[in-house]
Amino acid sequence: MADIKLKVSSSPHIYTTESVPRIMIAVALSLVPATIGAVYFFGLRAAMLIVLAVASAVGTEALCQKIRGVPVRISDFSAVVTGVLLAFNLPANAPWWMAVLGGAFAIAVVKELFGGLGFNIWNPALAARAFLLASWPTSMISSGDFPAPRAGTLSGLNLESISQATPLQFVKNVIAPLLQNPSEAAPAQLEATRTALERMQGLDYTLSLFWGKVGGVIGETSVALLLIGALYLLVKGYIDWRVPAGYVGTVALLAWVFAGPEGYFTGNVMLHVCSGGLILGAFFMATDMVTSPVTRKGKWIFAVGCGVLTLLIRVKGGYPEGVSYAILLMNTVTPLIDSYTKPKIYGGS
Amino acid sequence: MLKQATFPGGVHPPDSKEATRDKKIERLALPARVILPLQQHIGAPVKCVVAKGDEVKVGDVLASAGGFISVPLHATLSGKVKAVGSYMHPAGVATEAVVIEGDGEDAWAAGAAAERDWRQIDIDQLRKMIQDAGIVGLGGAAFPTHVKLSPPADKKIDTLLINGAECEPFLNADYRQMLERTEDLIEGIKLVVRILGCERTLVAVEDNKPEALAALDSLLAGEHGIEAAPLKTKYPQGGEKQLVEALTGRQVPSGGLPMDVGCVIQNVSTVLSIYDAVTKGRPLIDKVVTITGAVRNPGNYLVRVGTSVLDVLTQVEGEIPENLGKVIMGGPMMGLALPGLDVPVLKGTNGLVLIERPVPTAVHDTCIRCGGCVDSCPVRLVPCELALYAEHERWDKCREYHVKDCIECGSCSYTCPAGRNLVQLIRYGKYSVINEDRQKKDKK
Repeated sequence: MADIKLKVSSSPHIYTTESVPRIMIAVALSLVPATIGAVYFFGLRAAMLIVLAVASAVGTEALCQKIRGVPVRISDFSAVVTGVLLAFNLPANAPWWMAVLGGAFAIAVVKELFGGLGFNIWNPALAARAFLLASWPTSMISSGDFPAPRAGTLSGLNLESISQATPLQFVKNVIAPLLQNPSEAAPAQLEATRTALERMQGLDYTLSLFWGKVGGVIGETSVALLLIGALYLLVKGYIDWRVPAGYVGTVALLAWVFAGPEGYFTGNVMLHVCSGGLILGAFFMATDMVTSPVTRKGKWIFAVGCGVLTLLIRVKGGYPEGVSYAILLMNTVTPLIDSYTKPKIYGGS
Repeated sequence: MLKQATFPGGVHPPDSKEATRDKKIERLALPARVILPLQQHIGAPVKCVVAKGDEVKVGDVLASAGGFISVPLHATLSGKVKAVGSYMHPAGVATEAVVIEGDGEDAWAAGAAAERDWRQIDIDQLRKMIQDAGIVGLGGAAFPTHVKLSPPADKKIDTLLINGAECEPFLNADYRQMLERTEDLIEGIKLVVRILGCERTLVAVEDNKPEALAALDSLLAGEHGIEAAPLKTKYPQGGEKQLVEALTGRQVPSGGLPMDVGCVIQNVSTVLSIYDAVTKGRPLIDKVVTITGAVRNPGNYLVRVGTSVLDVLTQVEGEIPENLGKVIMGGPMMGLALPGLDVPVLKGTNGLVLIERPVPTAVHDTCIRCGGCVDSCPVRLVPCELALYAEHERWDKCREYHVKDCIECGSCSYTCPAGRNLVQLIRYGKYSVINEDRQKKDKK
């Protein structure tokens, strides 16, 4: 009897069935619809980039953890998620080595150098994208040439000249300059531009953005497929609705007010919401637990900040798209946000 | 019935109450001996008044109260004092205890068992009787009950909350008493109402105990000022501060007591002990304990305080299960993991939960900042950051993050997907800060 050894530990003695791998596997699963979409839209080349990025991220993680002398924990799936998200941020015609290099950079420099899972300041996939964009800008945005998805192109809207640019690039680089100096443009050209702009505001065009008929990087193409995955995460409770709601809401509002080429309150809201990386960013990257605030108030501030920065870059910045830099900048101030948004405690004065 | 009340935060662990929900309270046979730690309450230490060899009867005082915030300890067995010495306490430390070897007679001290009408007794006398009966808060804190029933004159108490939430998974001790002793409970409540002179009384029960709510409702129909209050089932609904917030919308100020916002809370078991003490002259000598988990005969048992867990389990189970891995005294959220089986059931014990080997353990991985603990904290702390500061012994930061307000409910640890021992770290921070404060005070 006396030899019964009981385990003594601090309460509580029961635990949730949730775990870090379960969360990461769920996030990976939530990206499956968009992954299938990517392969459908861009062919096996997209599949190759995704596989390479994932393999590179996972391999780098194992290597780094070996070097650091900590247990190798690639089975937690966090590196898989990073790899997929990185590949999602590449154009389908990006060279293969960029996927490999990006995956390695994301894990080695952005994640493991800062202490590994839970300690990184920036979202590894986004920081790696920024690294690739800064180092090989032409490969990353191909001077505006994004392969168009096979399910349809902008040419269906009779806009051949921009068939390979993203809509945001088109509005920013083609339409806006024209409309700002109408006197310098030929009347016919001006007329065609106005017609194009009108069409982009139509339901047909919005739907083509929603279903994924407009070009872009691998993972941002279809809003519908991304939302299926996002819905799964929302139902599971793995992402907080406040972040995408605040982010997309802010972009929509500011786009309507400020992003119109013809003055205030003329912005094309659906274009700004459904095109570019907003949906991918708002639901899958701004919601990254490690790099976003833990408090509810902080999440709102973070989300609105992402929205403001995104639109600022889209409208005033040097790039047509601002999602990744907006999120990275807000990642940077996340500890600050958390420390200023401590909830008012029960019974506190 | 009122609208179902609740509080922000909290968690929903599986309630695991089915095994003992419908088990009537059974009285266990008297043990051969009891071990009674002298200090079974929060407050001034008691003075031991017996010595080895003394003959005692059930209800005899073994140790007298050491001041106002203190209660006496009574013999729970008739027989001979075998030893006064150092014995293992359920908390894993040796403490001073009295050991009585039973004579098998169960002879009661004179004065016990006399029927009395509480309505005829003076209020100060009632408080004295409650103290003399050794009654402490049986919801867990073990704070002397008569003190809670003696609010200072400047604290006007308007609401009495009777805590029947029993939000800990597995436990049914309070629930069974509410069902089986509903009338006594209501009499006890009226007695407490008389002492406090409060206008409104709510008997708070979680909505996973509809039978208890129905039993209370039917007996309380027509009672003025006392009603059953259904609560949403959520842990830690039975925490004092959470009850106050859920039922009155008030918040107990940080560092304050419920009486600061006009509330007094009494646990169901405590009220029944008060009733027994005043009307039957019966001190607190036994407890209803839910025995459940990895056992063959789960149930609710009336156990003499001081009975060793080994004796209790031997009686209930016949023999100790071979693959026993952990025994929790109390519920799984806040209970103590016992260091061994040779420790006694205390006044505050309401459950024994047995867990088989292999015992599930938390992994204490790195935080992925999911924020689950922040959403679950009923005090609205930021447990993930607080625990990190405590881990690195940054007491200044622990203060800034309100470490002393932690109620140690364990919701954060329960909900953490990385299995971090958050509440353990926060407790470490809390008591380090409290110690620091004490040392500063001593220097002055």
